[in-house]
This record gives sequence, structure tokens and C-alpha cells, in this order.
Amino acid sequence: MQVDMTVNGQEVSEEIEPRHLLVHFIRDQLGLTGTHWGCDTSNCGTCVVLIDGEPVKSCTTLAAMAGGHDVQTVEGMEVDGELDPVQEGFMQCHGLQCGFCTPGMMLTARALLNNDPNPTEEVIREAISGQICRCTGYSTIVRSIQWAAAHESAVTVGTSNGSAS
Amino acid sequence: MTATEPQAETDERPIGFGRLLRKEDPRLIRGMGNFVDDIQLPGMLHLAILRSPMAHARIVSIDKSAAEAHPKVVAVITGEDLAAQGLAWMPTLSNDVQAVLATDKVRFQHQEVAFVVAEDRYSARDALELIIVDYEWIDPVIDVRKAMDADTPVIRDDLDDKTDNHIFDWETGDAAETEAIFASADVVVSEEIIYPRVHPAPMETCGCVADVERVSGQLTLWSTTQAPHAHRTVYALVAGLPEHKIRVIAPDIGGGFGNKVPIYPGYVCAIVASLVIGKPVKWMEDRTENLVSTGFARDYVMQGEIAATKEGKILAVRTNVLADHGAFNGVAAPVKYPAGFFGVFTGSYDLEAAYCKMQAVYTNKAPGGVAYACSFRITEAVYLVERIVDCLAYELDMDPAELRLKNFIQPDQFPYETKTGWVYDSGDYEPAMRKAMEMAGYDELRREQAEKREKGELMGIGLAFFTEAVGAGPRKDMDILGLGMADGCELRIHPTGKAVVRLSVKTQGQGHETTFAQIVAEEIGIPPEDIEVIHGDTDNTPFGLGTYGSRSTPVSGAAAALVTRKVRDKAQIIASGMLEVSVADLEWNKGSFSVKGDPEKSVTIQDIAMKAHGAGDLPDGIEGGLEAQICYNPENLTYPFGAYICVVDIDPGTAVVKVRRFIAVDDCGTQINPMIIEGQVHGGLADGVGMAMMEMISFDEDGNCLGGSLMDYLIPTALETPDWETGHTVTPSPHHPIGAKGIGESATVGSPPAVVNAIVDALKPYGIRHADMPLTPSRVWETMQGNHTPPI
Ligand code: FES
Ligand code: FES
Repeated sequence: MQVDMTVNGQEVSEEIEPRHLLVHFIRDQLGLTGTHWGCDTSNCGTCVVLIDGEPVKSCTTLAAMAGGHDVQTVEGMEVDGELDPVQEGFMQCHGLQCGFCTPGMMLTARALLNNDPNPTEEVIREAISGQICRCTGYSTIVRSIQWAAAHESAVTVGTSNGSAS
Repeated sequence: MTATEPQAETDERPIGFGRLLRKEDPRLIRGMGNFVDDIQLPGMLHLAILRSPMAHARIVSIDKSAAEAHPKVVAVITGEDLAAQGLAWMPTLSNDVQAVLATDKVRFQHQEVAFVVAEDRYSARDALELIIVDYEWIDPVIDVRKAMDADTPVIRDDLDDKTDNHIFDWETGDAAETEAIFASADVVVSEEIIYPRVHPAPMETCGCVADVERVSGQLTLWSTTQAPHAHRTVYALVAGLPEHKIRVIAPDIGGGFGNKVPIYPGYVCAIVASLVIGKPVKWMEDRTENLVSTGFARDYVMQGEIAATKEGKILAVRTNVLADHGAFNGVAAPVKYPAGFFGVFTGSYDLEAAYCKMQAVYTNKAPGGVAYACSFRITEAVYLVERIVDCLAYELDMDPAELRLKNFIQPDQFPYETKTGWVYDSGDYEPAMRKAMEMAGYDELRREQAEKREKGELMGIGLAFFTEAVGAGPRKDMDILGLGMADGCELRIHPTGKAVVRLSVKTQGQGHETTFAQIVAEEIGIPPEDIEVIHGDTDNTPFGLGTYGSRSTPVSGAAAALVTRKVRDKAQIIASGMLEVSVADLEWNKGSFSVKGDPEKSVTIQDIAMKAHGAGDLPDGIEGGLEAQICYNPENLTYPFGAYICVVDIDPGTAVVKVRRFIAVDDCGTQINPMIIEGQVHGGLADGVGMAMMEMISFDEDGNCLGGSLMDYLIPTALETPDWETGHTVTPSPHHPIGAKGIGESATVGSPPAVVNAIVDALKPYGIRHADMPLTPSRVWETMQGNHTPPI
């Protein structure tokens, strides 16, 4: 079957099998390998992308279900050579080690800050609680997101559809 | 600085040690990392493995015809096919053998039975369902305590003359001396202490892409390996491939924690498939495969005993251990150390005697016994001693902090030889302990606890003090499969003064690209951003045994410092020619040599590099170029230590444990990058909370693995973990060239006893002295009801 969607602001139109998972579509077919895969049971969150601005586990979404929607992956976070403050925050606060969970964590953070520019530590922890990081122990991830909140410019950064206003 | 080099906000930009943002981050935060599953090669095929549904069964027949008929399937291979090539078995890291694909029988649930190679990953998985295997059930051996019973089925009947499930007996210390002390001691405390089977579960599962070029026979293997050089040699030995035709590349690795040390059947299958088919083949396991078949950790049943005076002077520690090694002995440990470095179970205390006796057995469970951030079984050793010391404190009704402080090895006793023969290089334990107590507000916490107990509230304060032994190891004592545990390093300074350093170790997130640049920078004064770190590619790096057991900094870090000093010595000779003075008249100012007493006369390392490659004569006997290579053989292990305090609250109505605070004071000797050290500690602390409260790979009596998904094998999230409070002391290692000791596993070693001690402490009003991990709400509840049962 054919599926059409917007990925990082670009229209894509591809032939897929109906059972094709979105994570495999993004990684194998579009070659956007920043989105990762880490479990069979929708527990790890390394596969998180934004669909219409909402964090979604792309391993539990059929590619067909994303048809007609706006998908954003980690590759779309940097705009015109400007890093998203979330990306900058993760570097500044050592929010990543192996970097495998990082794209998913950053996208969840992006969506959170779009809805709540000044989240408390508790809210941040709750927001990322559907995702696992085996390396950092989470404190530095929390600090990275707090860094981004403190450095967020007035303009909403990094959302390709502007749904966060 | 390049455009993508990150810069810290409050940047010290150290030329050497200090807080420095990581060189690996710019690619990873852009999703531009290159992990094994990201690799796509033209014509690449996909491999999937059929696994046994039973834990112990004879293979009667395999019918692969339907799978072979699948239109997208290229090949279906069984154990019998491999046996025809002599490839059905491979060596493990402990000189046992393991089936690549089962031929005679399956020995654990999910053992590899056959594989399919197909055009895409979905078809490969589809075809697995078309293979029909007829099994004949054999009673599995699951209860480790019964593995040596008389009428138990023999798991390893593939081994000549094997009539039981015994693997090895091992002992350390002096049995008679220890017995004499126990016989006359005022107080003896005994407790069965279990460290259940857990799994490293890195977020990236294991996998590889194998590509054998038909004409040249060159094999390139992109693989999730923590030890690329060791793997290459083993492939050469197993498959008979010439070693110079094998290139192992470990690209970005999504966490290892020991899980990526062993060689798994999947790697060998992919190599064989590419060899046979002549196309690149990718194998990537799913999460269940990772949890049920790759290297687990721990699985020790330990009978611990401690003897002391009634005043609380600890005299001796003794233990009897039953070790479950699964179906094949795949423990990753130096050959002479079948129980790893468990011998450090004497802990941080000055004892009069110690003795350990261990028996290891086969069971119908997955093989392994890898690190999981434990520096070769030190996690079990530290858990045992720190738990039994708390049991003693309970019996003596003494504060556990006071008991520890009273028994520490004193600073003037270092180097300290333990009763089991380990020589601790350096230590100053009391300041670390006091610092942790001060950060925690220990006395205030105890007061709060007393008040809460009055009101029937459950609050616990747990302590642990650990000494690790890392940086394996001296080649006279330590090898894995006959390969010495030394590590090479090569440094090349280019004409313009930029440098490239090549390592034998490999990061899986620890930040080697940053810290090793800092080590070189510290020694030669070139800024870290001008130093490229190459690793994880056997064609482009010197030989060495890889990253595990916290060995990168103690072994490879030493190699990096020494190779840089070697280059600097040569630079000094060239500088003496440039400044027309003798070598002895030069002094080093981190980045330049100047004439003693005349600082104006100086040359920078960059000037020297250009001179070394440029025109004109060099001093007599000096060749052009500015580079060196060494192989570092550590003279001893290094012994990091730390003091941890955990504070928990337990809801008496639900038995849910909340970790309120966790204070960790670590001493890893000289610090290279405090930011990275803090990160390493944080990660290990979360591991510890997971093992103490959530994680366990368990089995039912038929040998079904009950921990086969992240729904069943629980890993802490941001909700179960507190905001870690860390501190440090610095006691350099006397024999390491920069005094560094390694930090990668300290927190994983030290945190489980701190958490368990805190939970047990909270349950003191119930008369509880010990409870086994994982302390899930249901197990804590049972304990409160007086129904605590061992987890295995
Ligand atoms: S891959 Fe684990 S939640 Fe999607
Ligand atoms: S950084 Fe490795 S899993 Fe999060």
C-alpha cells in the first residue's frame, strides 16, 4: 500500500506493507536512523517520535497509521544549523552517555516544554517515565531539560508543524 | 575548535583534566550516531534465529523444507549443517564449549536451534514459524541446590565422561585458621545471602553485520562488542579464518555493562551465513532474545558468616557459595580466576582470617556470568560482606556506621595485603565515610528515624562501604583464553601539532573520545579538541583486551599517558636541538619546552611537531616524525572505594519502598573529567536500585524464563530513582602513571547493599535482620508478615 506523511517538514510518499511498523519505516525505508528500537513490548521509549507534536512510540504504531500526519524525528530538531535548546541542554548537562535513549528522551522533552515551559522536576520525571535510560540514572536528563527550559527562546523551536503554540 | 565541538557554558576548557563537554555528543544529539542496526549495505540480507521452547530436550528431527520454500528466504541452516563444517560448537570465555546451534539436545529455553537468512527482516521472522522441530522432553535441572543430587539428569553429556552437573570447586583463604577464630569468637552471625540472576539489558540489544568479500576472503564484522580485538582472535581460532583477513568494527554501542563481552552464537551464524551466501548479513536480536539468551550476571547463593568480639572488632569472614553458571560455562573472567575477583569479599576491613569455598554447577538456564558492571564478581563479594556486617551490627545492637569505622583498614597499612592475597594499592577510608555521613546529615537522620518509629512509620538508613579491584590485569596472573590483559596505545602528532591517539579499548557510552583526549592533553599540552581518539576498529588500533571490568582508565588510560610521555621525551630532544641547549637544560610547561632560567627561549609542542616532520637536521640519532606506540602491562590492579548512604521510606500499608535520598562518595583516585565521573556514578546507582528492588531473571520449575521482556524484567525509570547526591575524595593509585583508578562500576558494586541495608533497617521494628533481593513490594510485604522466602 502507499502511505503519505510529512516527516521533518518534508512530504514523503512510499510503498509499504500494511504491517510495517513506523519505526522500521523511518529507519529502514527513510534512512533516518536517529530513531532507535529497544524492546518488543512498548516499554523502553528509544523509538519515540512526535506525531502532530505528541510523543508516540513508533514501535507500537503502524506506518500506515501515521499516514496524513506530521512526524518529527530527532533529525528535525536542529533547524538551519541552530540546535534545539533541548539538544544543547543534553550536551551541557551530560544528559547522555551511550546516546541510544537520547533521541526519544529529547523529543519527549521537546513536547513537554511546548506545553509547559517551566516544568517542575516531578513533572519532568513523570513525562519521561515511559522511557528507559540504562546509562545516566536520569538526574542529568532532568537537569538537561531544566537547562533547556531556562534557555528557551520566545520562539517555539524545533516543531515542524507549530502545533505547540 | 571545530564547528561541532561542544562548549560548556561555564567552560574551563581544560587542556588536560577538568570538566569538559563530550566530543561524542554532537553526533549523538543529532541522531547521527552509527549503531550496528543503522548499517545498511548493498544486497544485505537479514538473519533470524529459531530458539528452543524447552529448557531441556533431545532434538528428534528438524524439517526446514517449508521455510526454504518461502519466496524471500535465501538459506535455512541447522546445527547439523554447521556440524558438517565443524562449526556447531565454539569456545566460551572460560574454556568450556557452547553450541552455536544445538545438534544433540537443547540445554536452556531459547537456545539457538536454527537460523534463517532472508531478504528482509520481516520475512526472516516469518520463515522461523515454518520450521518444524520435534523435541523429546528431558527433565530440566532448574533448582541450583539440586543440581548435584544423585539422580539428576546430566546436562552436559556432550562432554567426555561427564556424569554429573559439576563445573568447578574453588577456595581461597585459610580454612583452619578461620575455623579457629570462629570457634573462639564472642559473636558469630550466619545468614544465607542470595544475589539473584540479573541481566545487564543495555538499551541497544546485541547484533552484527557480517560481510565476507568473496575474492579476497576478507571478513568485516560490525558488531556490538566491548572487546573487538579479543573477538577477532577468537573468530580466527574458531572459524580458522586468517586473523589478518578479519576486521572487527565496534561502531557506536548503545550501552554494554558486560553484556557485550562474550561472543554469542548469533555473531558466528552471521559470519557463516555471509561466508556461505557471499552477501552481507545482518543479525539483530530482539529484546526477548537479549534477556533470555545473552550473558546474565550474578546467580550466587552465599552462606555468609562473620565472627567478632562483643565490642565489635571484626575478626573473620567465611562463606560457602553455590554458583549457578547455566548450561555452558561462559563466565567472563581471567582464566586463573574462575570466580572472578570474588576473593575481595573481605571488604574494606582489617581481618585476622577469611575463607571462601565455592562450587559451580550447570543448570538448564542461559549461559553467561558476565560482568554487568561488577568488575568480575566483586558485586557479589561486596554485597556479601556489606550485608553480613549489617547483620552483625543488628546482633550487637551497634550503629552500622560506627561498626564500619571501627574496623577499616587504616591509611598507614597500605599497600594492604588481604587474608585472601589481594594487595590493595591505596586507601583512606574514614574521610570518605565521614564525608558521606556529613552530606547525609547522618545523626539527624537517625533522630528522625527514632521519632518516626515512635509513630509506627517505617524509615530506613542503609550504609555500604566498598573496595573494588579493577583494571585487570597483570599479565603474569591474568589472561582470557590465553590472551594477556595488557593494552596497546599509539599516538601520532601531525606536522601542524594536531594529534591522533589509537586505543584498544572501546566506549559504550563512557566517553573515551573525551577522556582519552584529556589524558593526552594533560601530558603534552595539546588542546583536547585537537586530539582525535580512534577506537573500536581492529584494523586501525593496537591490540588490547577491551572495555569491561572498569579497565579502560586503569589499563588503557595508563597506556595513553605513557605513550604520550614517550612522545614528549622525543619532543624534548628535538627541542634541545631547536634551542641549542642540552636536554637537561629544558623545562616542560605543559605545551612548550623552555630553557631553564630563560623562559623567553621556548618552543611549543606544535613548533616541535613541525620541526620533527620538516626540513633541516634533527639531533643525532633522532628519526623524523613524532609518534610512539606502547603496550601497557599493569603492575597491579587498582582499588577504588566509596561510602554510600541510602534513605528509604516504606508505606506500612502497601510495602511500597520509596528511595528518598542516595548519597554517594566515591574515590577513584585522580579525576580526569568530573562530569563524566559523576555520570558513571549516577548510572551505577540506578542499576543498584534496580537490582535491589526490581530486577530478577527467574524461572519456573519447567525452566521457562519468566524475565523475558521489559514488562517482566523491570528496570528503574525516572520515577523510581531519586536525585543522586554525589561527592568524592581523591586518593591516587601509587602505581598508575596518572594516579587514576577507574570508576565505571563502583556505583553498581556499592549501591545494592546500601539499598537493601536501608530497607532491612526500616523493617527493624519487625525483628528483621535480613531479606533477599529483589525487594519488590510483594516481597517486602511477605517479609513484614514474617514469610520471607529466598528468591531462588
Ligand atoms: S522500541 Fe521500546 S518502546 Fe518502542
Ligand atoms: S544514554 Fe545510554 S541508554 Fe540513555
